[in-house]
Amino acid sequence: MALDRDLAAAIAVTRFGLGAKPGQIDAVKEAGPRRWLQSQIRPVGGADQPSANPPSSAARLLEFREYQRERQAARAAGQHFDPVKFAGKLIRQDAGADFLSRMRLAATTDADFRERWALFWFNHFTVSATKLQTATLVGPFEDEAIRPHVFGRFEDMLVASSSHPAMLLYLDQARSIGPDTAAAAFLSRKGRHAGLNENLAREVMELHTVGLAAHYTQADVTEFARALTGWSISGLDAPDSVAGKFMFRPAAHEPGVRTIMGRRYPQEGMQQGLAVLHDLAASPFTAQHVSYELARHFVADEPPASLVARLKETFQETGGDLSHVANTLILSPEAWSPEARKFKTPYEFVVSAWRAAGVTPDALRDAAILTALGQKPYSAPSPKGWPEDAAAWCAPDAVVKRMAWAQRLAAGHVAGRDPSQLAADALGDRLTPLVAQAISHAETREESLAVLLMSPEFQRR
Amino acid sequence: MTHALAPSRRQALAAALGFGLSVEFLGRKAFAASDRALADRKLVVVICRGGMDGLSVSPPVGDANYAALRGAIAIPGFDQPGGALRLDDTFGLHPSLAAVHRLALKGEARIAPAVATPDRARSHFEAQDVLENGATSAYGTDSGWLNRALQAMGPGKARAISVGPTSPLILRGPVEAASWSPGPGVGRDPRLPGILADIYASADPELARALASGLATERMAKIADDDARAALGETISAPGRDMSAQPASAGAARPRPAFRQGLGVARRMGATLAGFMIQPGGPQLAAISIDGFDTHANQGSSQGQLATRLAYLDAVLDGISAGMGPGWRDTIVIAATEFGRTARVNGTAGTDHGTASTALLLGGALRRGGVIGDWPTLADGKLFENRDTAPTLDMRGLFKGLLAEHYGVSRRALDTAVFPGSANVAPALGIIA
Repeated sequence: MALDRDLAAAIAVTRFGLGAKPGQIDAVKEAGPRRWLQSQIRPVGGADQPSANPPSSAARLLEFREYQRERQAARAAGQHFDPVKFAGKLIRQDAGADFLSRMRLAATTDADFRERWALFWFNHFTVSATKLQTATLVGPFEDEAIRPHVFGRFEDMLVASSSHPAMLLYLDQARSIGPDTAAAAFLSRKGRHAGLNENLAREVMELHTVGLAAHYTQADVTEFARALTGWSISGLDAPDSVAGKFMFRPAAHEPGVRTIMGRRYPQEGMQQGLAVLHDLAASPFTAQHVSYELARHFVADEPPASLVARLKETFQETGGDLSHVANTLILSPEAWSPEARKFKTPYEFVVSAWRAAGVTPDALRDAAILTALGQKPYSAPSPKGWPEDAAAWCAPDAVVKRMAWAQRLAAGHVAGRDPSQLAADALGDRLTPLVAQAISHAETREESLAVLLMSPEFQRR
Repeated sequence: MTHALAPSRRQALAAALGFGLSVEFLGRKAFAASDRALADRKLVVVICRGGMDGLSVSPPVGDANYAALRGAIAIPGFDQPGGALRLDDTFGLHPSLAAVHRLALKGEARIAPAVATPDRARSHFEAQDVLENGATSAYGTDSGWLNRALQAMGPGKARAISVGPTSPLILRGPVEAASWSPGPGVGRDPRLPGILADIYASADPELARALASGLATERMAKIADDDARAALGETISAPGRDMSAQPASAGAARPRPAFRQGLGVARRMGATLAGFMIQPGGPQLAAISIDGFDTHANQGSSQGQLATRLAYLDAVLDGISAGMGPGWRDTIVIAATEFGRTARVNGTAGTDHGTASTALLLGGALRRGGVIGDWPTLADGKLFENRDTAPTLDMRGLFKGLLAEHYGVSRRALDTAVFPGSANVAPALGIIA
């Protein structure tokens, strides 16, 4: 490949990674850009954990149950209880600490391709804090269901995601009950209506696996929802070893054979849902859908068809082994196009600016800019996750806010630094003469660093 | 401050600040009469994301099947505690929509209770895309119908703005639209915008357009915010407009302080958006999104999860109405969602993705009248796929009617450019006075 090694090193760190820290581009050039990326693929162990002692989702669920009990008790006693205030406290303390750990990892890691790869998969299997019940579970979900599996088999991550308490709550699966079951009859005797909820089934098909291109029907979604009944969470009064964890409830599982996208599923109990997930993971539509999303994330909003085809082929040949898919991405010439076509999302922009300036975020308030730019921590607007395209993020208001923030960051972190060196460190051979000149002509160090952070080559990757 | 002085003050401020859009607009010596009228006509599209439950927005409490289908989440009848706010014998409004109801009593708010986009997949993302792109499928086009409507009105005739840090699909496309959200301004280095504008001009057209528009909007925001403050101050102190003065909502629980603060922010946001639009040369078209309507579980009835979101929607709409001031008489606001929800309550005291829902239409430009479109009823055999409110009116027909009557967009442009392939969908006429 004719790509110059200096430029390749700059692309490796800024496009595949999260942006260059001072000295990183030189180190990557030394190691060899492709080899540096390949060395970050870790089939055993997966992505890094943001926190040394990560909180478990079960512990967080127990905490939430405590909150609900307190609320009930307060109401029964006629006391005033402000759920909004309380939830705000929970979210700041727990979710805030999780998000801060994650930001610190992103801002400091030397294995930043591995981290970007993990962030992609978290967005693919989005759980959002927009729902009170899941607000403190997003971090644990990412740590437990996504990070361990990002270089493993796609099917394993799909099963881990679909059975994680956070996902079961976010998409209302935990309370979905087969209409012809003992559980439904019991609840009905108590005067409570119980039934099917097809939210998880629909999003697994549409967003996580085959996508709308597979042309499944409403009947397929409903059948899949029936197959998934019983996938739930154990009672919080259960023994500590299982409380708040995934539990299959046979009494809520709709009996009978299911037919989904033309296939029969005669399995009983939990095996039925697993069999459907197995077939969905193996579908060529899933290979296509996932490959397209990967290519779109790493290369261009409208990715080259040849790259998508290449990734798809690896996905299918290896049974969805994501370490091989990552390797194919690294070896694909389309991914090394000198033209930077991806406009950074707010998180990518902010993290890369911290890396360039050598800043480690030390408080949750450092994330406030993400909310202002439209990417509130852990709060994707829908199960579809955050948008990928420049049209969504390169909006007039957002560009002005990026500019204001770039000035604030520059003001705090330029003392004694050489702006031209900062620019060379951040962009390597991707720095254009136009921007290099504007940086050297700036009136103050602050101004020059702000110009660097707002330059087209820094805003794009 | 007297309101009569406000326009000239705004003009002076706009000119003094060198606000790009208005200078260009005011710089034209004379307007043709029709252009003048066009400049005053406002249209705000409020996108309610998540699948807003039409049967709770405008509960058909007079429909014989409503209460049974809805069970515990049914909105009580007109004269019951927490009951619907009466519109006619069949329909009421959710008790959270008190401001909308006040407007309805004056003939300035109506409902279209059974509208749907052409999409039937019951997927949020696909249906939202179709609601916004104006095509027959999610992948039909990647620009928004509101943007193409701007194009159809002719170059430079009208402008648009969206609220929020990102551009919604409805306003994406060939015509540059402004976007705005509250927050700190451009920063302290006065040279930086110019340096960046120069770099972008030669290296990155997409960033160049966004920056230019963002800077213009930022200058305008200051003025709009002042106007919003003034307008809300007047409204809050005006007698008889307090929510608690409404008999129908008197029984409702008093909102908690945090909740009320959220509503204050919502009202302020609506009023500030109006503040942008009433400036000389300000945008005629606007889009704003409200999310959180995906109520699969514990939806609630007169109070609860959905009631909270509807109170927020009500506050935004109230803010827009107040902020428009005298401009309200030339304004149309439409609040619409990607799909409605199942007619029956589900197993988790919520509702699942459905088909037709209610669109709310508001504004002084509205023609007084009853329900827009036919009511299919909730009778046995009338539900769409034995599950959802059946659509009787195509959402595109509603939008087409507004663009035709409010802005004079031609039928041909509506059928082909704004809503491609929609020649078979007639504009819903007679909605604008």
